[in-house]
Amino acid sequence: MHPAYSVIFFTVSSGIGFGMLMIAGGLAAIGRMPIDGVFGFVVMAAALATAAAGLLSSTLHLGHPERAWRALSQWRTSWLSREGIAAIATFPTALLFGWGWVIAGSLAFPYACAGGIAALLALATVYSTGKIYQSLVTIRAWHDSLVTPVYVALALASGALWLAVIARALNYADPAMTHLPIGLLVLGWLMKWRYWVRRDTDTGGPTVGTATGLGRDGTPVRLLESPHTQENFVMREMGYRIARKHAVKLRRVAQVLAFALPIVLTGLAMLPAMAGWPALAFSLLAAALGTIGIATERWLFFAEARHAVTLYYGAERA
Amino acid sequence: MTALPEETTKALGLVIDLDTCVGCHACAVNCKEWNTGGHSAPLTDEDPYGGDTVGVWFNRIHAFEVGEGDMGRTVHFPRSCLHCETPACVTVCPTGASYKREADGIVLVDEDLCIGCKLCSWACPYGAREYDHDAGVMKKCTLCIDRIYNENLPEAERVPACVSTCPAGARHFGDLSDPASAVSELVAARGGFDLMPELGMKPTNKYLPPRPRTNTRKEADSAGPMEQAGGFLGLLDRVFSR
Ligand code: SF4
Ligand code: SF4
Ligand code: SF4
Repeated sequence: MHPAYSVIFFTVSSGIGFGMLMIAGGLAAIGRMPIDGVFGFVVMAAALATAAAGLLSSTLHLGHPERAWRALSQWRTSWLSREGIAAIATFPTALLFGWGWVIAGSLAFPYACAGGIAALLALATVYSTGKIYQSLVTIRAWHDSLVTPVYVALALASGALWLAVIARALNYADPAMTHLPIGLLVLGWLMKWRYWVRRDTDTGGPTVGTATGLGRDGTPVRLLESPHTQENFVMREMGYRIARKHAVKLRRVAQVLAFALPIVLTGLAMLPAMAGWPALAFSLLAAALGTIGIATERWLFFAEARHAVTLYYGAERA
Repeated sequence: MTALPEETTKALGLVIDLDTCVGCHACAVNCKEWNTGGHSAPLTDEDPYGGDTVGVWFNRIHAFEVGEGDMGRTVHFPRSCLHCETPACVTVCPTGASYKREADGIVLVDEDLCIGCKLCSWACPYGAREYDHDAGVMKKCTLCIDRIYNENLPEAERVPACVSTCPAGARHFGDLSDPASAVSELVAARGGFDLMPELGMKPTNKYLPPRPRTNTRKEADSAGPMEQAGGFLGLLDRVFSR
């Protein structure tokens, strides 16, 4: 699948925003958030701005952005529609939560509750994003039960990384915020690892024989002539292929940047000897590298995915 | 509405005979010709006279090589929307622009609702949807709804443009939900099949397999032209056979 930068930016950026909201809202709901207007403001501004920037970029790549509101109508069948509704419902709830935290200076009943609900809606949004991909039977690499959990885990991990940066910058060393990235990164890494192993050992899927029906009995079928001499929309959008050796290299890059380094750096920031500026610097570096790593992982998620239609254009199995 | 109808009154579709298709692309050209002025008009071409033309077509003709060695043969393979019974292209659409008609099972796009998110093209296994960058909306085969119900056309011409034009008689149009229809009987008689049934779209269109080969290599050899000797022997041969 063609790795479109707008979609990669959307999923990574809104993943950070909704992930941070899940953690902040969740911690507020259980009373683990400091009632500090400045801290609350920075967290809410960062979460809502990254979430909104992602959503905005996803509407800009539409053919008719001015009709985007229509995408909220088909929630009965479409995960894309559900994602839109959950995303939009998240904002007013999060604003109520933020109002309490920053302006009313309270995380008591209505506000803590709003925080919890905003966290759940943010979770629903990221879950729907994962489901948009996972529900496509045409792309075997996406029709995998780990796709949605990985989306959720990486949104949480990237949100936690940036929340830790804000907490350190404003001197809140609550381990619920500063240590959390490690657990989430390990979880995300394990799932992504398992996912890659499963993809690499998968031998099923449609073949050029079933796509044409001409090889149903095992007769070999090869493309002789393509219908057109130039690429068409289908080939540009769905015919993207990445060489195996590049994919292997990029998987390594993604694992080092998204998981290994942020885990080590977050660990270093936790050392008592590093308290203060060094801890903040390590934490900032962890978040920045983690974000680049997750963007690499997301790029690969598209680039490595093969669509069934490629069987009509020379692929043997998809 | 992207919820699928529980059942459709008819299941209009095509039956494509891979035995007789000669790969002439006439159906694709006539499809483009009709539809660029039809329901989804225009079928935009970008850079039409330049070196990097990309255009919207509803019908594409591939050619495959099937079998090895002596048993190998070329099979021409027209590919278009199969107007599936359970098409994911419809259910994934967030706006309701994609829909399946209850009356005849035809799958269409309402271009006034489409936001151009392209998700439906990802959901279709058969590459049947092509995006029009110019109009910012998705386009696809309409089964020529503006021909098949068109009372201004003589009755014999009320078939999709591809069917009307095929010089080999390789394309058939009809109601595949009616077991007594000519197309259903053809499918039954010739062992018509679905493309990628494992993906669960339940295509309405059917493909008829190439008939088994009857001529073997040996027969072909003995029926072939006599070998002509060349060089000096050929000269002698020509001189002495005067
Ligand atoms: S062939 Fe593709 S576009 Fe046509 S109905 Fe089936 S899934 Fe939809
Ligand atoms: S491109 Fe148009 S028809 Fe296709 S899913 Fe999006 S809104 Fe629906
Ligand atoms: S017009 Fe008929 S013979 Fe020619 S490519 Fe189309 S189906 Fe095949």
